Amino acid sequence: MADFAAQAAQYVPRLRRYALALTGDRHRADDLVQDTLERGWSKFHLWRQGSDLRAWLFTIMHNTFVNQLRHGVLRDSGVPLDDQALEVPVRASQEDALEIRDLEAALAKLPADFREVVLLVGLENLRYDEAAQVLGVPLGTVMSRLSRGREQLRRLMAEAASPGLKIVK
Amino acid sequence: MTAISEIDLHKFVDGQLDPARVAEVEEHLAANPEAAERVAAYRRQNEVLHARFDPVLDEPVPSGLLAKRESRWSLARYAAIVAWMAVGGVAGWALRSALDMGAPQSATLARQAAVAHAVYVPEVRHPVEVGAEQEQHLVTWLSKRLGADVKAPSLADMGYALVGGRLLPAGDGPAAQFMYQDREGRRLTLYVRRGAEVNQETAFRFAQESGVGVFYWVDGPLGYALSGDLEKSELLRIANGVYHQLNP
Repeated sequence: MADFAAQAAQYVPRLRRYALALTGDRHRADDLVQDTLERGWSKFHLWRQGSDLRAWLFTIMHNTFVNQLRHGVLRDSGVPLDDQALEVPVRASQEDALEIRDLEAALAKLPADFREVVLLVGLENLRYDEAAQVLGVPLGTVMSRLSRGREQLRRLMAEAASPGLKIVK
Repeated sequence: MTAISEIDLHKFVDGQLDPARVAEVEEHLAANPEAAERVAAYRRQNEVLHARFDPVLDEPVPSGLLAKRESRWSLARYAAIVAWMAVGGVAGWALRSALDMGAPQSATLARQAAVAHAVYVPEVRHPVEVGAEQEQHLVTWLSKRLGADVKAPSLADMGYALVGGRLLPAGDGPAAQFMYQDREGRRLTLYVRRGAEVNQETAFRFAQESGVGVFYWVDGPLGYALSGDLEKSELLRIANGVYHQLNP
C-alpha cells in the first residue's frame, strides 16, 4: 500500500476545481480541499485498496462540505459575486465572459443539493451511479436533483441574459 | 420505440445514453422544439462550466495542500505504519475476529493502541472529539459507552496536560482514547478498552510498534495502553504514574 499523498496527488486538481465551483470562493475552496485531504489522511486506512480513490475522495469532500454548511462555516447562498466576475479567464471571449458570469451567479443561487449533482455530473463527468454513491443517495434522487437543478439553472441564466423579462412557463 | 423520458434527455446530454437509443432521442428532439431547446441549454451549461472551471486544473497546486501534513508527519513513517497495519494490524484483526485464533488479547491491545495513537496524534485541527474543557462530560460519556468506570488521570505533575478524548471502535467493542500534550507539543495517548481480561495479569508489558512505544497492562475489566514517542524509561515513569493514580 503506497502512501496517501502519492496516490491522492493526481486527484487534487480535480478536487480544487469541484471545490471552487461548489463554494464559489477561492479561499473557501482551498479550505474545503485542505479539510478533505486531512480527513483523507486520517481515514486512509479505511480506504479499500483497489477501489476508486477518486470517488472516495469526492465522497469525503461531500461529507466535509455538508458538515461545513451545517456548522455555518460556509453560507449556502448569497456568495459575493463582484469578485467572481474578475476571475473569469482572459481567454474567454466577451460574450462567453458574460455567460460565465451569469452561470456563476445562477450556480450560487442553486440549493446546495442541486448544485452538487449538477457539478458532479456536468463538470466532473461522474456517472449517475457514481454521483449517487458519492452523495450517499439513491439513483432516483440524483436524477430528480439533476433535472430540477439544470432547469433552475436554465431559468436563472435566461433571466440574467434578458433583464426585465421573466420566463413564464 | 419506447417513450423518451426526462432521464433519457439527461443521459443524452451527458453521453450516458445507450448508443442504441441515441437515434430515437434525436428523432424525438427533432419533433419537440421545447425539449430540443432544453437539451441545448443543458449542454451549454456543461460547456460553460468547463470553460469557467477547467483552468483550475492547470494551476499549480498550492504547496501547503499536500505538503503540510508531510512535514508534520514524515512520509516514510506514515508509509511504515500503513504497511505495518496492512500486514499485521488490519489483517490480524480481521482474521482474529473471524477465526478467534486466541492470540494473546494483550498484544492486540498494544497494537490497537499504537494504531490509534499513530492516527490521531498528528491531527492538528481535530485531535480529540471532546476537549479537556469538558473533562467531566468526557469521562462520564466514555464510562457509559465502555460500561465501566473510566478515568482520565492527571499527568500535570509529569508535564502533560489533558487535550481531551475520543471514542473508538476496537474490533469487538468500544475503546476510549485520552490525549495529553506537553509544552513542546509532544503527545501521549492513553487507550482504554474492555475485554482484555483474558489474561488477568496486571504486570506492565512493553511493545514497540513503528517508533511508537506502548506500555500496557490489564486491570480488572479494563486494559490500558500508554503510547508515546518517548524514551522507554520516560514512558515507563509516566505509565507508573498513571497506574498509581488509577489504583490509589
